[in-house]
Amino acid sequence: MSTAELPKRHYLNADYNIWSWLLTTDHKRIGILYMISLTLFFFVGGAAAILFRVELLTPEADLVVSPTYNRLFTLHGVVMVFFFLVPSIPAVLGNFLIPMMIGARDLAFPRLNLLSWYLFMAGGLLAIWAIVRGGVDTGWTFYTPYSTTESNSQVMAMAVGVFVAGFSSILTGLNIIVTTHTMRTQGMTWFRLPLFVWAHYATSIIMVLGTPVLAISLVLIALERGLGIGVFDPKLGGDPLLFQHLFWFYSHPAVYIMILPSMAVVSEIIPCFSRKPIFGYKMIALSSVAIAVLGFLVWGHHMFVSGQSVFAGLIFSFLSMLVAIPSAVKVFNWTATLYKGSISLETPMLYALGFIGLFTLGGLTGLFLATLAVDVHVHDTYFIVAHFHYIMVGGAVMGYLGGIHFWWPKMTGRMYPEWWGRISAVIVFVGFNLTFFPQFVLGYLGMPRRYHIYPEEFQVLNVMSSAGASILGLGYLLPLCYLIWSLKYGKVAGPNPWKATGLEWTTPSPPSTFNFDEPPVVTEPAYNYPPLDDSSLPHETSDPTASTPS
Amino acid sequence: MSDHVAHHFDSAEQQFDAARLGMWLFLATEIMFFGGMFAGYTVYRFLYPAAFVEGSSHLHLVLGTVNTAVLLLSSLTLALAVRSAQVNQPQGTVRLLLATLLFGVVFLGIKAYEYSEKFAAHHVPGKYFVLGETHNPDVVPGHVELFYSFYFAMTGCHALHMIIGIVMVSIVAVKAWQGSYSAEYYTPLEMTGLYWHFVDIVWVFLFPLLYLIG
Ligand code: HEM
Ligand SMILES: [Cu+2]
Repeated sequence: MSTAELPKRHYLNADYNIWSWLLTTDHKRIGILYMISLTLFFFVGGAAAILFRVELLTPEADLVVSPTYNRLFTLHGVVMVFFFLVPSIPAVLGNFLIPMMIGARDLAFPRLNLLSWYLFMAGGLLAIWAIVRGGVDTGWTFYTPYSTTESNSQVMAMAVGVFVAGFSSILTGLNIIVTTHTMRTQGMTWFRLPLFVWAHYATSIIMVLGTPVLAISLVLIALERGLGIGVFDPKLGGDPLLFQHLFWFYSHPAVYIMILPSMAVVSEIIPCFSRKPIFGYKMIALSSVAIAVLGFLVWGHHMFVSGQSVFAGLIFSFLSMLVAIPSAVKVFNWTATLYKGSISLETPMLYALGFIGLFTLGGLTGLFLATLAVDVHVHDTYFIVAHFHYIMVGGAVMGYLGGIHFWWPKMTGRMYPEWWGRISAVIVFVGFNLTFFPQFVLGYLGMPRRYHIYPEEFQVLNVMSSAGASILGLGYLLPLCYLIWSLKYGKVAGPNPWKATGLEWTTPSPPSTFNFDEPPVVTEPAYNYPPLDDSSLPHETSDPTASTPS
Repeated sequence: MSDHVAHHFDSAEQQFDAARLGMWLFLATEIMFFGGMFAGYTVYRFLYPAAFVEGSSHLHLVLGTVNTAVLLLSSLTLALAVRSAQVNQPQGTVRLLLATLLFGVVFLGIKAYEYSEKFAAHHVPGKYFVLGETHNPDVVPGHVELFYSFYFAMTGCHALHMIIGIVMVSIVAVKAWQGSYSAEYYTPLEMTGLYWHFVDIVWVFLFPLLYLIG
């Protein structure tokens, strides 16, 4: 590798003043702010998980009592969903990359972007305050009437925290949609957009249309708890199920807020490390939109046993099957891209491949659950827990880590240590499966979720799961260490270490504050990787021009 | 390039397009926000029609009607204010914005008076709720209380939006007075207008649903 050098002036060293960070409107710096904050929340949520996995080592309650256990899993759920996964990729990588990918100097509304980070932090601090003041015991789902009339935990503070953080999500989505519509550079047509942008566009639609419904559900909970107006109160003839409808109207689409951005990352990584144009570009692009639309029609599958009508259950069951189709389209297209590709297994690729496998397992078990009769059997068991962790951790978090590794050289100008990267990716994969696969079995055998005392025959599987969790924890700590290490000691990356296509790779690493000196002009489709017999394998040179034949 | 164009935009037109699309999207989120309450209202209205009629009959129809008129007028003056800016008549803009503010404040005043009546009559849901005299002896007081839950939640959220709108109109009024808007540049004015009309439209739905049933 030639001795690349860091550019003299870039967005990181443009100014060192603390206010130049706290008041920045540079989308790249805001992405970094988000990355640091989300990392903190991830480890807060992770700490809770470690605690209850330790508790679950034995069938008895020996570490915590029931009320504490309830608070632990609620803390874990709320923090991981609302303060890590929902913002994760859009707010970090989306923020950082979308303007660069479409050849713009910034997002359409830079100040709203900064505001969204402050709202996020305000919401997060409220959540932490609620935790410090004793926590919440309702589960992340805040079901009524328990949350409004029974629970004497900090529901109010937590609800307000999630409400506020919701607005940060709305602003991010709004910014991404407007940016994609109005800021594309010359020649960047809709069907030349990287699939990363398409998936984020779809995600943003969900953020913008779904989050307000969560907001109003939380407002109604707060009004009911605080002022005694009783919209969900059965004493007045109110219907607690109405809350579940409102909540899942947001929260099912929200699962796509969490997974679509990971699919976005995978769609970038797979063609790069197979050195092939992506198979079925349009299908993948449109399947993202299809997911966003269909995702709004299936919330009732969370309420099969809640007393909704059988007819409604049947319809929701059917619609839930439909929503699996566009996801499957993506999986097939990625696999077809791999076929006869010249594949190299760098760290991002390991995460992407891991994603495909684990997401497929999560999605298929989703189909089991969408089958009404099966769900009646496994509802509220560990089967559910395993299902959504395969998707949200095996899928979404793997995608996040893959993306962080893939664009790390762009963000920092330096490479992470490849050997450590690969080892960690393997540790994460192994640890993950050891943690969550036993939970499928546990759930199938009938172990209910959200209990910390269980019959003795479940102990072996629970010990396996806890052992896996500690391996997984190690797998997450390692990147934290070597990525920080690489900031100073990593090899200088050069503009395009992966020889990838895409406008973001045409800029120096790290890019300058306004990304491009001149607005770039796009003349070719996305993923225009040279044909295979062209013997240009990755890492031969760090010459940025080599990857984009003109 | 005019100095209203931020560094990351190529042209004033691009900036205006972005602002307008952003505002429409924001209004879409608002529709979803109020939509949740409208959905809840619909469910209970179907479940307890008699109780909703009963609840509605205790609202002050005249005041509600006056308020509707006041609000429609305020939208008119705001629309005219934007138009004044488009034809380069800054004084007109300022005066019309002040009129809008006045109507907005009158609306909130009347609303506050209605609320106080409800407080006095113990019609606020919660511990102190008493239905008192009814037109229909068969209704369950709890169901009427549900009606009032929606009445207060919906008009309360609406009033909160009005307050935000009044702050926005005040800001653009000051800016207009300083001569910031002209036929070339009136984006903030137009955006404030969109927001205000939206809040107005929400009321146009609330009024019949709350006051005119039965
Ligand atoms: C192939 C598409 C999918 C189908 C058909 C599906 C189906 C289901 C069903 C039927 C349930 C309810 C089970 C029950 O509570 O009894 C469920 C739960 C869940 N799913 Fe999925 N799912 C799919 C994809 C996803 C994705 C992409 C995510 C996340 C990124 C996800 C996250 C969750 C979560 C968090 C829950 C549990 C919620 C709770 O009760 O706390 N699912 N899924
Ligand atoms: Cu769902």
